[in-house]
Amino acid sequence: MIHLLTIDWLLMLEKLILIAIIVMFSLLVAMYSTYAERKIAAFMQDRIGPNRAGPFGILQPLADGGKLFFKEEIIPSSSNKILFILGPSLAMLTAMMTCAVVPWSTDLHLFNKTIPLQIADVNIGILYVFAVVSLGVYGIMIGGWASNNKFSLLAALRGASQVISYELAMGIAFIALLMLTGSLSLRTIVEQQVTSHWNIWYQPLGFLIFFVCALAECNRTPFDLSEAESELNMGYHQEYSSMKLGFYLFAEYVNMFISSAIMATLYFGGYDIPFFNEAAHTDWGNWLAIAGAVCFMIKISIFIFTFMWIRWTVPRFRYDQLMTLGWKKLIPLALANMLITGAVVLWMHK
Amino acid sequence: MITLTNRSKPVNRKKMTFLESIYIWNTFIGMMITLKHFFKKKVTYQYPEQTRPYSPVFRGVQILNRDEEGRERCTACGLCAVACPAEAITMEAAERLPGEENLYREEKYAAKYEINMLRCIFCGFCEEACPKDAIYLSETHAPAAYNRKNFIYNKQDLLIPNPKTQPEEYAQAKGLREINKKKK
Ligand code: SF4
Ligand code: SF4
Repeated sequence: MIHLLTIDWLLMLEKLILIAIIVMFSLLVAMYSTYAERKIAAFMQDRIGPNRAGPFGILQPLADGGKLFFKEEIIPSSSNKILFILGPSLAMLTAMMTCAVVPWSTDLHLFNKTIPLQIADVNIGILYVFAVVSLGVYGIMIGGWASNNKFSLLAALRGASQVISYELAMGIAFIALLMLTGSLSLRTIVEQQVTSHWNIWYQPLGFLIFFVCALAECNRTPFDLSEAESELNMGYHQEYSSMKLGFYLFAEYVNMFISSAIMATLYFGGYDIPFFNEAAHTDWGNWLAIAGAVCFMIKISIFIFTFMWIRWTVPRFRYDQLMTLGWKKLIPLALANMLITGAVVLWMHK
Repeated sequence: MITLTNRSKPVNRKKMTFLESIYIWNTFIGMMITLKHFFKKKVTYQYPEQTRPYSPVFRGVQILNRDEEGRERCTACGLCAVACPAEAITMEAAERLPGEENLYREEKYAAKYEINMLRCIFCGFCEEACPKDAIYLSETHAPAAYNRKNFIYNKQDLLIPNPKTQPEEYAQAKGLREINKKKK
């Protein structure tokens, strides 16, 4: 009984509220990403896009979600039922879990308390991100396997091999960044960038590699081999219907949101406001935190836009091109980048 | 090599350079192209509110014509039905009785005249076949319906309004094309 009382219940409550807000927010962003995706696709193809549901089609995601809810729930009779349901749940869960370590802004000061706008400032935050992101492929693998469908299985295999190949290059590109920051905590990395320059100035090549790999990890075109509409007929989620399909589609957008957040954090200063000295304006208090969060969101939006922009520009890679790019181009590039960074860091410290 | 047009480009089979093989630069060029389109004028017609002008040779739903006195021109000769490649037209002929001269132009007329819009391919052969200028393809298209029956258009659906009793509707039905042309 005694040790129960020693828990800081207020802290628990604060974290729970923060988690709820961030989860809701990620879902909202994912929802409107679908709208943005359709609008951007339309504009790039000289069309207008959805504009009937509400002003400018603003209510379109609601209509889409409502439609998905009312669709018939079909579980193929020859599928593995437990895994079939586990697949989309896992995809969604891992997509949402990543946002736990992202620092959204500086601390808020409310009711005489300091509330950090980050669910958990883990000192190995970025390793956690990598771990969870690579878990994400299990959603695809399990879903594809459990469907008991050849296309789905092929898609699952493709997805797994793709994620494994690109995670390597991503990790190596990130090691180079680690050498500069010397910390695995996302908050420390951001704080370093707030006081000095953004990491993109030191690691442009590393960022490019990281970005390409992030595209691959999110299964976005040109790396959407695991859902290839034209060859695998939607791939791993072919057998899914109703909200289980919705979960898969949603997880993709949540992933996109989170990986944009991670990229903005690692390379573009996170909640740092460009051309603005935060230290000189500490008297702004909470407003500074809010401005930081808004700035962070703008950076994330730019990334999401770029993701979509690429999707509607380039066609899908062939499987051999994908593997060549991953193993023969990106990994050597990332290794070279790491070696050069290491050498420069050593030289500078002498 | 002899080319049909001067637009054809020989396939480039050179080995890709390293920059090309990582695709980043070429993707960037492509992205600039799509960005240009992002700000271009959109070509969409917002359909129910805006309609696209049809071409002058557009072939839409058939219309059964009347002469200047408002009499039906069709004499139920069946040539349109014979010409129709889709076998969409059926009709039943009847003889004009004394006192009906103001209704039908010829001594024989179509008592029943049906076109199945689900079969019709809007080829316009019926219009070409008709010796009496009785059938025309107009500039409207068949609206959607919930069951097949509603796609079988009978004579009342097809007949042009009477120029005597409904001159305005008649002019509208007849001159839509001319009006549109003048607008352009
Ligand atoms: S347009 Fe062609 S298909 Fe249609 S009714 Fe006339 S002849 Fe038949
Ligand atoms: S529409 Fe013309 S071709 Fe057809 S039955 Fe009537 S008169 Fe003959």
